[in-house]
Amino acid sequence: MSIEIVNVSKRFGDFVALDSVSVSIPSGQLTALLGPSGGGKSTLLRIIAGLETADSGRIEIEGVDATKLSPQKRNVGFVFQHYAAFKHLSVARNVAFGLEIRKRPKDEIRERVHELLNLVHLSQFADRLPSQLSGGQRQRMALARALAVQPTVLLLDEPFGALDAKVRKELRDWLRRLHDEVHVTTVFVTHDQEEALEVADEIVVINEGRVEQIGSPDELYDSPANDFVMRFLGPVTELGDRLVRPHDLQLLTGGGEPDAVPGRITRITRVGFEIRVVVAVGEQLVTVTLTRNEFLSLGLQVGSEVQVRIAPEVGAVVGQPRLLGAV
Amino acid sequence: MASHPSTRTRRGPVTYLVRLLVIAYLFLLVAWPVYLVGKNTFADGMDNINGILEDPDIVHAITLTVQVAIIAVIINTLFGVGISLLLVRYDFPGKRLLSALLDMPLSVSPIVVGLALVLVYGGRTGWFGPGLESMGFQVIFATPGIVLATVFVALPLVIREVVPVLEEVGEEQEQAARSLGANAWQTFRRITLPSIKWGVVYGVVLSLARSLGEFGAVKVVSGNVLGQTRTATLVVEEKYLNFDKGGAYATAFLLALVAVACIIIVSVIRPKEDR
Repeated sequence: MSIEIVNVSKRFGDFVALDSVSVSIPSGQLTALLGPSGGGKSTLLRIIAGLETADSGRIEIEGVDATKLSPQKRNVGFVFQHYAAFKHLSVARNVAFGLEIRKRPKDEIRERVHELLNLVHLSQFADRLPSQLSGGQRQRMALARALAVQPTVLLLDEPFGALDAKVRKELRDWLRRLHDEVHVTTVFVTHDQEEALEVADEIVVINEGRVEQIGSPDELYDSPANDFVMRFLGPVTELGDRLVRPHDLQLLTGGGEPDAVPGRITRITRVGFEIRVVVAVGEQLVTVTLTRNEFLSLGLQVGSEVQVRIAPEVGAVVGQPRLLGAV
Repeated sequence: MASHPSTRTRRGPVTYLVRLLVIAYLFLLVAWPVYLVGKNTFADGMDNINGILEDPDIVHAITLTVQVAIIAVIINTLFGVGISLLLVRYDFPGKRLLSALLDMPLSVSPIVVGLALVLVYGGRTGWFGPGLESMGFQVIFATPGIVLATVFVALPLVIREVVPVLEEVGEEQEQAARSLGANAWQTFRRITLPSIKWGVVYGVVLSLARSLGEFGAVKVVSGNVLGQTRTATLVVEEKYLNFDKGGAYATAFLLALVAVACIIIVSVIRPKEDR
């Protein structure tokens, strides 16, 4: 394990940011800390970097107890949401900063900076000031700067949060490819579940200062540990008192499956390739999403009487199954 | 603002009236009196200027003023940048009190400052004065007292220039530098100082101008001994009271010239994007 976080707690006045959090982050992987704003994930990242100190608990990085180490001794690369570019230095000098501090020979610095600027596709901007770059370019510069010192771990705090949607998506793909090339243990904080599911090898879901679940994107999506994880990772709807994903529900027009309940269609909305059907089951409004083909083959209309059931092969359901029939 | 997009561009009679008022006000209050000092200085050609530059006591006074101002500015710059970092980057009990205390030199009359310093450092009855004097270090009625008084009155100027710049720059660049391996001093020299550079320069210029012109506090603590502790501002008063108006205007003109020159030079060399 590359980063070992043991019973870390942190308060800001009365606000509990982290409540005895323990996480093991594996070497060489891309791990996402995912959760809603104010849930404590950024605080955890900053504690790993040494930019905040934990009130109690322990941090180990590659087997070394880092709890009391100052940030400059931890050898971590940190990338900030708002880039934290050194405004008075050129792009090349920004990237060279950590190497200059380490008093490396000039030739080596020049070579390494050149190599990194190639890696982040900024070679032609080496002599510009950060203010002359776009947001996405600045963030790539910040990444190169963090990578220059060959950190043991790379930490990214909402790295794409300040960028517009299109650039964000490009950078996300790019980060994944970069990680496949560089293989440095990487932890990034995000509140965007899509980003975490798409990029990360492993996801740590953090809410209200506590770890809700740790697992691969598939594990989290298919078998969420609780309501919160289920709701946070994707769309949900309730059937009886069971929480289920709308695309995991089936509509039947014929009668008689034992686990199905009857209802009437009240609304049909088409969103691109998917059709959202709202079914009134007793007092409850249940959302079901279907593909266009499924929808057409069933020949549904508003007012149709249908049977609703959870697709038999589905795992991700939270709640008590025995109550389903009682609705 | 957004609901009245036209107010900024419309130039009715009211706009011109307001402008005229402002210009007239500044003219009568600042420009015209200062101009008259210059005019009176050169009423007899270069006679007045040459007159004071040939008097060794006045040359001594001017030199003393410049020396004191430079020492005071150095002290205030080092202390000012340090205290600004403390105020912006750290939290500690009593921070607001300290911040309020730092503004006091601007609100208290300099003459009060002078009397207070005499009470503490006075050679006969002050708190520290007799002790220091027995060690052979005279403060009041000597150059150290003049420096102290000048430092006191110009104390907040660097701080008030640097604090807003530090706040605006934020802490992230410094944190990034730390995480890249820089120690506190390297971070300050390579990252913090370059980003607050213009705030410091402006603070230094204001302090210099203020230090050159200090009168009240210096008058009390210096003892005003001709050729020893008489500063340029005290020369102006002395000359004026002795009906040597030409000499008074000439000295005043030199003082004003240096201060105005400093401010003009800085506003010219300061890059536009920083303001």
